[in-house]
Amino acid sequence: MSDKLYKALLFLTALIMPIVCGGVVYALVTDAYDAFEHFGFFKFLTSSDWNYTQGAEQYGALPFITGTLMTTLLALVFCIPFSLPVALFVGEYFKGTKAASVLGTITDLLAGIPSIIYGLWGFYTLRPLIMALNISPQGSGILTASMVLAIMIVPYAASLSTEFIKMVPNDLKEGAYSLGATRAEVVRKIIFPVAGSGIFSSYVLAIGRALGETMTVTMLIGNTNNIPDSITSTGNSMASIIANQFGEADDLRLSSLIAIGLILFLITAIINMIGKMMIKRARIS
Amino acid sequence: MESVKPILEFRKTCVSYTKQTMAVKYVSAAIEKNTITAIMGPSGCGKSTLLRAANLMHNLYQNIRVDGEILLNGENILSMEPIDVRRRVGMVFQRPAPFPTMSIYDNVLSGFALNGIKLSKAEKDATVERCLKSVALWDEVKDVLNKKGTFLSGGQQQRLCIARALAMKPDVLLMDEPTSALDPIATKHIEELLLELQKEVTILIVTHNMGQAKRISSKSMFMYLGELVEYGDTEAMFSNPADERTRAYLTGKMG
Amino acid sequence: MTTTKIKSRLAKDKLMLWSICLFAALTAVPLLAILGEVLLRGYDQLSWQFFTEPTPTAYKAMKAIEAGEPIPGGIANGIVGTMIMLGMAVVFAVPTGILCGAYLAENTKNRFARIVSYLTDLLQGTPSVIIGIITYIWVVVPMKGYSAIAGSVALFIMMLPLIIRSTEETLKILPASLKEAGLALGGNKARVMLKVQLPAAFGGIFTGVLLAISRVIGETAPLMFTALGCSLVRWSIDKPISAVPLLIWEFFNDPNLQELIWGASLFLLLFVLTLNLTAKYLAKKWNQ
Repeated sequence: MSDKLYKALLFLTALIMPIVCGGVVYALVTDAYDAFEHFGFFKFLTSSDWNYTQGAEQYGALPFITGTLMTTLLALVFCIPFSLPVALFVGEYFKGTKAASVLGTITDLLAGIPSIIYGLWGFYTLRPLIMALNISPQGSGILTASMVLAIMIVPYAASLSTEFIKMVPNDLKEGAYSLGATRAEVVRKIIFPVAGSGIFSSYVLAIGRALGETMTVTMLIGNTNNIPDSITSTGNSMASIIANQFGEADDLRLSSLIAIGLILFLITAIINMIGKMMIKRARIS
Repeated sequence: MESVKPILEFRKTCVSYTKQTMAVKYVSAAIEKNTITAIMGPSGCGKSTLLRAANLMHNLYQNIRVDGEILLNGENILSMEPIDVRRRVGMVFQRPAPFPTMSIYDNVLSGFALNGIKLSKAEKDATVERCLKSVALWDEVKDVLNKKGTFLSGGQQQRLCIARALAMKPDVLLMDEPTSALDPIATKHIEELLLELQKEVTILIVTHNMGQAKRISSKSMFMYLGELVEYGDTEAMFSNPADERTRAYLTGKMG
Repeated sequence: MTTTKIKSRLAKDKLMLWSICLFAALTAVPLLAILGEVLLRGYDQLSWQFFTEPTPTAYKAMKAIEAGEPIPGGIANGIVGTMIMLGMAVVFAVPTGILCGAYLAENTKNRFARIVSYLTDLLQGTPSVIIGIITYIWVVVPMKGYSAIAGSVALFIMMLPLIIRSTEETLKILPASLKEAGLALGGNKARVMLKVQLPAAFGGIFTGVLLAISRVIGETAPLMFTALGCSLVRWSIDKPISAVPLLIWEFFNDPNLQELIWGASLFLLLFVLTLNLTAKYLAKKWNQ
């Protein structure tokens, strides 16, 4: 094969990415158009009605946007106290030891568990526990979903943060030790400030993961179409309303679900883009 | 010759990485107050390892063991708290590494911040000015104290690191080839600075550069394969080394 | 400095060390809990018949429960469906992904390559449920029905960015001298890629493919709107078809079939984790 032909072949194959991604946006936009046209873009975003009675159809995305944001942010809050110690364990305290590689394997395996199995575990183990502790009567809800979601994003946040903690130059750490700092002080005053932007960006990417997580949330969030009024109440996320109703929906409801899909796609894309940009910048400096 | 009580003393100090390899073997030497002592020797002779042991840097890594004694003002530091020892024994490393997230001002004060010592604004200002003046950096940076230390030139960065160590008012300042990453002019600056500094602090400096040892130190050690071969007045050692190996090194026939 | 101050600083240092160890160790708890629960509850369901027979109807299962017998049937329909869809997805995603990855590795400064690289990130970050919607719109609607083809298209789209990235990264870390030596011997670029670079990168690409498979094999949401599910063992690719994760979802929602959930989950979990560990092991071995 000549160099020219080879180059052309690679180029033509690479064309698949713009085609697929362009197709994604095009399909979402055209199929969501009905819903946006019918309710108005802004109204769709801010309405909290979800009524599919024939003749009185009314759809709005607000409860699901709220549900997604609540589960994601709560998951982030639960995730940090575990992912940060894991990152410090693997990237600083026990760097290069057997213990670190064992913990690394554990988090790798956690990352490999399919989300439907996380959902089952949450449903059959965590939910009864939450009921037994009288935290919420029905057991499922924002809180339950967030807790399992947190476990799911720990591996991502931890492995990225580890990378940045490892990158803190030894010169700086030794310099700080030579001035009489303890390890805890080196971590707090040297490692965190120096690796800070990288660690932060790894949490942004972890958020990007949590936003679109579908099965776990669908199985645990309680599936009610109202705006959750507390973290123990039930709700629906953007992904879970789609998973629940897509199969049975048609016409305007289908278009509304696709519109929610488009919003989810855009939010995820923006968060991921910000995260990637920040990571790139953190890697350079 | 009058007898001066040593400020730092190695007594049969050994550093071993594993049971088999001993990087420093039974070094005994007493360092006098307010002197500059140079440690010379070919690479891998254990000079840096010995220096780092005096700041308990080996404690940070597993598999490094130090035996014997290292006395600071008569106290064996090997049985003391590392964080206490390191405050009293400052260290300057080969590559200048000011803390990149801190301003020049905060870099000078970083020892206090790291040790959780609170200073008043007046104390801080005074310390920064004193330390930057003693490393002859004050005039160059006094208007940019809030800029990051990493914007300075290599030589300036290294002087900032010396100031950072001096801020803690250490008894001894250990320097691990502090000019090897610097250009000749910056090196000359640092050397002049050290000659001034020996009035306030005792300096132990590892150097590759025989000329540097000759220019600044009053005492010299020559190490070879982990052993302290010779220790004495610099001038005497350079003019008439007692050991064949020292002579070979000084005449460029080794390392 | 006073000794009490030093003591309190050292105490804080210890506290930090121990809390890091404690919280790091706690992250192992969910893994053990999940593995334990799925193992304990699924273990006695695994039998020969579990892998060779399709899922029973809800009615049959109900009868068996009423009679106090174990539920008959298994997950053969899901296993066959997963294999068919995964097989088709791999057949298309591997060559496409490798060529795309090679394009990205060879054109680092080119503007189009930067766009492709960015879009790969975009697609990789896209929630799987959206891939489901897209495939529904692209394939299910025009074909007027759910099918194995649609399911495999969804899996294909999800695998593609993973394979592209792993190929690109593996090719990029190959020493440049390798390629130059090949070119110096008179090979043209295609030949050098095929005979020198790809064989050298085989380990990395292979582990990348394994990881991509383990990532998508448990995907449920995108298959719900594409493959739909089917209670028969089916070999045709233009009809609705089942998959193991789809069956788990079905069992979860059907009280009569709930007993089967753990056997199916155990199978899926072991499969995914084994694939994962194998990939990691191979990556380590080939890296040395």
